[in-house]
Amino acid sequence: MGLEQFINEAISPWLKEDGPDSDIVMSSRIRLARNFEKSPFPLIANQEHLDGILYFLEKEFNHRSYANYEQLEFVRMADLKPTEKQVLVEKHLISPHLADKSTYGAALISKNEQVSIMINEEDHIRMQLYFPGFQLEKALEEAFQIDDWLEEKIDYAFDEERGYLTSCPTNVGTGLRASVMMHLPALAMTRKLNRMIPAINQLGLVVRGIYGEGSEALGNIFQISNQVTLGRSEQDIIEDLTSVVEKLIEQERHARTLLRQQSELELEDRIFRSYGILEHSRIIESKETAKCLSDVRLGIDLGYIHHISKSILNELMVLTQPAFLQQYARRMLTPHERDVFRASLIRERFTLEQREEL
Amino acid sequence: MECQECKQNPATLHFAQVTNGEKREIHVCHQCAKEKGYVTHDDESYSLHNLLSGLFNFDPEKLHHSTHNKPAGNQMECKKCGMTYQEFAQIGKFGCASCYQTFSGHLNPIFRRVHSGNTTHDGKVPKRVGKDISARRKVKELKWKLQQLIAEEAFEDAAKIRDQIKEMERTLNQREEGED
Repeated sequence: MGLEQFINEAISPWLKEDGPDSDIVMSSRIRLARNFEKSPFPLIANQEHLDGILYFLEKEFNHRSYANYEQLEFVRMADLKPTEKQVLVEKHLISPHLADKSTYGAALISKNEQVSIMINEEDHIRMQLYFPGFQLEKALEEAFQIDDWLEEKIDYAFDEERGYLTSCPTNVGTGLRASVMMHLPALAMTRKLNRMIPAINQLGLVVRGIYGEGSEALGNIFQISNQVTLGRSEQDIIEDLTSVVEKLIEQERHARTLLRQQSELELEDRIFRSYGILEHSRIIESKETAKCLSDVRLGIDLGYIHHISKSILNELMVLTQPAFLQQYARRMLTPHERDVFRASLIRERFTLEQREEL
Repeated sequence: MECQECKQNPATLHFAQVTNGEKREIHVCHQCAKEKGYVTHDDESYSLHNLLSGLFNFDPEKLHHSTHNKPAGNQMECKKCGMTYQEFAQIGKFGCASCYQTFSGHLNPIFRRVHSGNTTHDGKVPKRVGKDISARRKVKELKWKLQQLIAEEAFEDAAKIRDQIKEMERTLNQREEGED
């Protein structure tokens, strides 16, 4: 398979579209946790219960469509190979928990990959809906519609006082986790973000790196999400998150302007060095890849680099992850082989850009 | 240093135990520590669960002190899924929807900590189940009104309300039976 076709299949269709403020906000996500009223939660449920839920949801929703979300496909974890599961994880369509721990797990994924409904993860149902760019309100509105559509067939565990009942006390109430993925290179470079995080935390919101381990944020990509799910309405939660994200966008743009004014040559040097590494290296680790991709994307946004498409950051952050590399290579790779393969995939991807240019 | 319990493995856990003001040093291997109950978790990674279960463990005792006549929280068991309060406190997860009822007396302090002081849901209500909730609310209201009317000896009006309650309860019950 050629790289072009591989990318076409590997990158979720919705991710190829540009959304509002997409120079900084890469995507918006709404996740709702729901459970069946009468069945024990997956953590302690027996095979019979979990099979019953799988059978019911497959019967009711496999191959169904709702609005733009067409052809939900029912995928059982037990039917997938480890790399296939890992690819779904790297595309953020399923969680690592569902891939590794949920023997009776499954997912209903729409054709455009905007909707993914995880089944028998920590809760019976965890639906997630993605939108490109900064579109939290729209995402919530549509997630509510999908929720109502599912509820036509499912008796949800709901309590007047506590709201939607979930396995973990951290999700009870709305069951809502709203998040945005942001590219914040200037705030990270100038170390301003670290100073802003405590204030953001005080609003019940959390900032964390989305790629990489622990607090490290590979590629200067951060996820901002709500922590509180009880006692606040979904709209209020989204409003708080929205106002923080707006502030971050403003601050990031301001920091970019300052960087340019105060150290233009250094900034330009950094961007083009990274560009050179991506275009010419023969062995490259994921950490360096992420750093260089972030620089190049910043270079595109600031107008230093003209002939490369913006989507290269989103695309290559996904494609250069281990499972994708192995899928493209069609075999298992050792870590060193991965670094070699990663470098060659990136070089090829840059060549595609030049061909489009001609 | 060898483990003081099994005297075979090297001791990996070192700590001091103070009992009745008397300090005793303990050096054991991981295996013995688990068997003797010095550590409760196999998973040593610092996770949200550990953090949460820390909160939970704190709560029953506090509650126990404030309400002397209540049984200790960790003896409660969910009738539906069999989860005990102790298990819940350890893993930090509910076993089923009924656990929320079973452990309800102990949940407010936990929710307050996790959700910035909140304990009650404010937000979306499911359409179908929610219909019953508002119907049940209405029945409660009517029953209260009925008591008032009877007290006022307005028996004609009371009879009307009584019939209305009966009708609403009948539909509610039918819906519940239909679900089984």
